[in-house]
Amino acid sequence: MWPIFDYGRFVSIISSSDVYGVVWMRSLAQLHKMANLRVLVGVKRVIDYAVKIRVKPDNSGVVTDGVKHSMNPFCEIAMEEAVRLKEKKLAKEIIAVSCGPAQAQETIRTALAMGADRGIHVEVTGKEYENMTPLHVSKIMAKLAQDQEANLVILGKQSIDGDNNQTGQMTAALLDWPQATFASEVTKENDHLKVVREIDGGLETVKVTLPAVITADLRLNEPRYATLPNIMKAKKKKIAKHKAADFGVDLTPTLEVVGVEDPPVRQAGQKVESTEELVAKLKDSGVV
Amino acid sequence: MAATVRTVLSRVLPQSGALAASLTAGASSRLPAATSTLLHRCRSTGAPDEVVTLEQFRPETSSVPSTMDIGTRRIFTEDHDIFRASVRRFWAEEVAPNHTQYEKDGQVSREVWLKAGEQGLLGVNTPEELGGIGADVLYSAVVWEEQMYSNCSGPGYAMHSDIVMPYIQKYGTPEQHERLLPAMVAGSKIGALAMTEPGAGSDLQGIRTNAKKDGDDWILNGSKVFITNGWMADVTIVVAITNPQAKSAAHGISLFLVEEGMPGFKKGRKLDKIGLKAQDTAELFFDDVRLPPSALLGQENKGFVYLMQELPQERLIIADMAIASSEFMFEETRNYVKERKAFGKTVSRLQTIQHKLAEIKTDIVVGRAFLDQCLELHNQGRLDSNTASMAKFWASDLQNRVATQCLQMHGGWGYMWEYPIAKAFVDSRVQPIYGGSNEIMKELIARNIVT
Repeated sequence: MWPIFDYGRFVSIISSSDVYGVVWMRSLAQLHKMANLRVLVGVKRVIDYAVKIRVKPDNSGVVTDGVKHSMNPFCEIAMEEAVRLKEKKLAKEIIAVSCGPAQAQETIRTALAMGADRGIHVEVTGKEYENMTPLHVSKIMAKLAQDQEANLVILGKQSIDGDNNQTGQMTAALLDWPQATFASEVTKENDHLKVVREIDGGLETVKVTLPAVITADLRLNEPRYATLPNIMKAKKKKIAKHKAADFGVDLTPTLEVVGVEDPPVRQAGQKVESTEELVAKLKDSGVV
Repeated sequence: MAATVRTVLSRVLPQSGALAASLTAGASSRLPAATSTLLHRCRSTGAPDEVVTLEQFRPETSSVPSTMDIGTRRIFTEDHDIFRASVRRFWAEEVAPNHTQYEKDGQVSREVWLKAGEQGLLGVNTPEELGGIGADVLYSAVVWEEQMYSNCSGPGYAMHSDIVMPYIQKYGTPEQHERLLPAMVAGSKIGALAMTEPGAGSDLQGIRTNAKKDGDDWILNGSKVFITNGWMADVTIVVAITNPQAKSAAHGISLFLVEEGMPGFKKGRKLDKIGLKAQDTAELFFDDVRLPPSALLGQENKGFVYLMQELPQERLIIADMAIASSEFMFEETRNYVKERKAFGKTVSRLQTIQHKLAEIKTDIVVGRAFLDQCLELHNQGRLDSNTASMAKFWASDLQNRVATQCLQMHGGWGYMWEYPIAKAFVDSRVQPIYGGSNEIMKELIARNIVT
């Protein structure tokens, strides 16, 4: 077994005259390292995208009870990317993580059916769950990444309930790892990952060294169906249960939700006959 | 956690793991292991608006927003839900967009069979050792039901996986298993079952197709009609007379595996049906077809026994698909009447429509309860043919009643081919006929009553 040296930081000379030997061992070690990605994937249980959201009568939040839930679509894409890395023999293990109540296990099981090797359920319930924010989740993810010795964390770019787009970035910062967010393409290149990011101006390509955090955007891939053979195999895979306290994370809320309201009802528009009329109306209403 | 909750059955259940476990103990071992999970609130009158935890409680279709919702019915588990979500997606993304074309062609494509094989939708109940998926029959039920929920009656996956493959699996030789089952699971070989003839349907003992011994081989002569998957089938199980002198026709029937390409085996044409337009139902002709000894399925002259053993599952499939189709038609109609306007308000505000919907939903939910009972029994291997016959005739009659009423509620648009209800209506008409006509079902049920 070759000891894996971090050749990015220092060179270990086996024989001072054997330069080729050093170079050969360097790329072998890096290949070895690349083929051994341990990937941590966060999967969040959210209200299904097709459900019509209703605000609670007391305006404290949205109705979640008895409402259909499923895996956040961006988490599905993140999970799919991890499975593809494993199929390309670049990843050796995928761990699916979810923070939430008991039902979050369903989401983890779906991730196992897609191809994750094992799951971790961080149980957070009741008020603590309602008040959990991306900062809490990032702290948990960061600690997990260290404990599990992961070298790649893939998350969805945002969840469709919070729409925060913070967890990936915060996790990277807490770990002091590089981050590549809004990924629409991820390729392995020697000792780093080349990631194409979707930004407002178009596409940006970055190189990130490992370990790193990636967040998945819509066009990264098309998630697979969970096939029945994989669902059957998933039954035998393990889900470890933990509490946030196990990671030294305090779930005291840092934010208070003051109120939740329906968006304003869409008003009817006005039809105009000509551009002049349009401009006149815009000027009258003070918009222009 | 001492709160009590009133369920739809109006029984007060104290919060106790042991009691909850004992409630489930009487039912089958299919019910999932205890996990704490939030109760789906059942809105019975007077129920307090509170949320309680109880050992895994899955609501039935009577008390959830849609009769087709995932996460319902106690016979299923969360794993079935995960599978159902994928299967639903498959039907919606791979089959439904092409279905209009399939109806024009009178058949589905080879690709959609291969895709189904890839996704693990074929041979679901076939044991793993024989190349199947090795899941229980409830997973197969998910595939049948989702087919009806997607209103795509074209692909004959249920006939292939859950009628034809079980015959081969149970009565075939290891050689036949190896040659046929893995390919059938992959979708590269399509299966069909040929019992009915132009001159004999219900009167199975009146068939004329026969196989005469010639050395070690058999020479098959005759014809079959109304064969599901007939046009595309690569392997067809043919029911033929092998002993014309038997004391009764039933004792002289055998099953043969006739494969595409055998000389003398011709497929006549795709039949022009009033419904199931995308299904490649065909007529088959056997003109001195030479069958090797390896084509005999099971033992000589034991064919009728095999048929009697396998027909209950066929009837269960028809019954389950009938209820599933009724659920689909109901949801489709409910959505339509909520949108359609007449007399200054939506049609759903008319009391006559509301009462009709209430009656239909109740009938469907009651039917679903019986079918779930049958599915559960069948999963334990305890479904007798009598019960299966009851399910088949009752559910298919219900489906036709629901189809007529739902089409009526669609008004003129219900008569238009492009509306899903029209297709569901014509498709439903064959259900009381095939798989054993409802009259025959009543014959069989009555025998147990009066003898």
